[in-house]
Amino acid sequence: MTKQEWWEKYPKQEERMTRFSTVSDMEVEPLYTPEDANGGDYERDIGMPGEYPYTRGVYPSMYRSKLWTMRQFAGFGTPEDTNQRFKFLLAEGQTGLSTAFDMPVLMGYDADHPRALGEVGREGVSVSTLDDMERLFDDIPLDKVTTSMTVNCSASVILAMYFAMAQKRGIPLSKVGGTIQNDILKEYIAQKEWICPPEPGVRVVTDMIEFCARAVPRWHAVSISGYHIREAGSTAVQELAFTLADGIGYVQAAVERGLEVDEFAPRLSFFFDLHNDFFEEIAKLRAARRMWAKIMKERFGAKNSRSWLLRTHAQTAGVSLTAQQPFNNVVRVAIQALAGVLGGVQSLHTNSMDETLALPTEQAVMVALRTQQIIAEESGVTNIIDPLGGSWAIEALTDRMEKDAVAYIDRIDELGGIIRAIDIGYPQKEIADAAYRYQQQLDAGEKAIVGVNKYVLPEERPMEILKIAQDVERHQVERIRRVKRERNQTEVREQLGRVHAVARNGQNLMPVLIDAVKSYCTLGEISDVYRDVFGVYRDPAWL
Amino acid sequence: MAEEKVLRILVAKAGLDGHDRGAKIIARALRDAGFEVIYTGLHQTPEMIAEAAVQEDVDAVGLSILSGAHMTLFPAVISALKERGAEDVAVFGGGIVPQDDISLLKQAGVKEVFTPGISTQAIADWIRQNIQPRAGV
Repeated sequence: MTKQEWWEKYPKQEERMTRFSTVSDMEVEPLYTPEDANGGDYERDIGMPGEYPYTRGVYPSMYRSKLWTMRQFAGFGTPEDTNQRFKFLLAEGQTGLSTAFDMPVLMGYDADHPRALGEVGREGVSVSTLDDMERLFDDIPLDKVTTSMTVNCSASVILAMYFAMAQKRGIPLSKVGGTIQNDILKEYIAQKEWICPPEPGVRVVTDMIEFCARAVPRWHAVSISGYHIREAGSTAVQELAFTLADGIGYVQAAVERGLEVDEFAPRLSFFFDLHNDFFEEIAKLRAARRMWAKIMKERFGAKNSRSWLLRTHAQTAGVSLTAQQPFNNVVRVAIQALAGVLGGVQSLHTNSMDETLALPTEQAVMVALRTQQIIAEESGVTNIIDPLGGSWAIEALTDRMEKDAVAYIDRIDELGGIIRAIDIGYPQKEIADAAYRYQQQLDAGEKAIVGVNKYVLPEERPMEILKIAQDVERHQVERIRRVKRERNQTEVREQLGRVHAVARNGQNLMPVLIDAVKSYCTLGEISDVYRDVFGVYRDPAWL
Repeated sequence: MAEEKVLRILVAKAGLDGHDRGAKIIARALRDAGFEVIYTGLHQTPEMIAEAAVQEDVDAVGLSILSGAHMTLFPAVISALKERGAEDVAVFGGGIVPQDDISLLKQAGVKEVFTPGISTQAIADWIRQNIQPRAGV
């Protein structure tokens, strides 16, 4: 029987809904068969794990050799508070660190700036100077544990602090490993924490890519992030397309700087969201690997096979968590994390059940970490590489994701590249439209969220949540004032003058930043230099 | 009979928080529900928001805060409105705000705080029932 013949007999009128679509509103068929392979060529389109185009995974033996890195994002309060949480996570079997900074850090303000009022240590850890950084990583072996740091417009300053700290401890930069998010393009598109406009923003990112490629070979200088794009309301296809378009933007900028593509591309890394729709997410990750391999090989002419690999961190979708019946979130996170593992990620954060209420408690974080450990140690899914490869549904969805994402990237190329597209608000408006469409579907009950618009409880039992101590802000303000009082003021003035000069003359900023933070120039002071030299970006406030 | 005045609502993002998905959805939904909506854009100080509320002659300010800074920013917006003689502009809001804090914010003069999962229709209905047009200036 052909699919067509089967379809003619199919009882369409008995279906529960008039239309079946993913959480991204991509309509899916009831059944996929070999006919949906569209004459696909196994060697060309799918191939073996560890072989071009890497649809089945970036490494030949995947989780049979090495499990993904279990990396829980953590940060709140004072550096000491977060240092304690880091040690708890390492003691519980976590294998890498991931740092959340507070809003003032993310926008380039010190703890004592008037705009920081009320925000210090609330949504991440407060860091203004090298002194804070040293307390944050106190007793943590920087040459053994890899650290990821989520910071973007002020990433150059935070990275300079991390490197300065390593040097002060006598650890050569060649031994320091980790990742800094440093994806400024997606800030304009989705997360919206910025200092200066996109062009100088990308220049600073390129400085870091160049510096790390030459001096810190184990460091990932940028983590090209779809996570925030998705959380801002995009579809899975938009997440895929805009993330890879941002990646193209960075590679282009580095090549224009005069770097050889194979000199830096092996250290580019990615970060994707893991949303509710199980098959869609697996297809997205598989399509991402295949697309990036083709982009690097065909578009940029990369010759080193390591340049073709899309290695990615992933995080379960914060936006999918519900404040209602929060224990249900444990189940959502488990399903999303499983999609990540079946999609072949290299590193994973699982959200805690209480994160829609506040930053997570230790207890909630432990359940989230245990979720990964159960998938890794009990479920058996790690025994077989890309076990869903060859599923007609998964391969058809992977093809579909690629085709639709390529169409978006073509459109961005037509507009003149990603910076130009951001200038006219193209990705921003596409995302806002998708987010609004989804909300309308929720309000109309076309999409279900258990506990929110279906199976609602008349009364909710409150859950214990983490409270950030009220005195964190006062404490951090006092500390930065003390550091500012006690440092060598002449040296600070000289160092800031050098940062200013290099920001203007276009040389690489990283060496002068490392010197400047060692003299206790603050994150806010250096960000002020950027504001002065590069200008300040303002929200175009498109609706 | 006087023609019913269309309510004017300022949807505002205060502080350093860049999460604007909710604010933009609410702004669009309220506009589609027939209100006149002005959106401030991101990273506004309480003074900027109060100033915009006065300039735009709005009946209410809807603040979106997901950064945990709500206990600082809501009261600051209320007092900035008061300083400009606009204490009759109603302030409501939404975001990640724990229940205990909602009670405290209501005591401080915030009319309502919506938390995740609320439908846009419910917010529009609440505005119709609870926000009156300000007396003419």
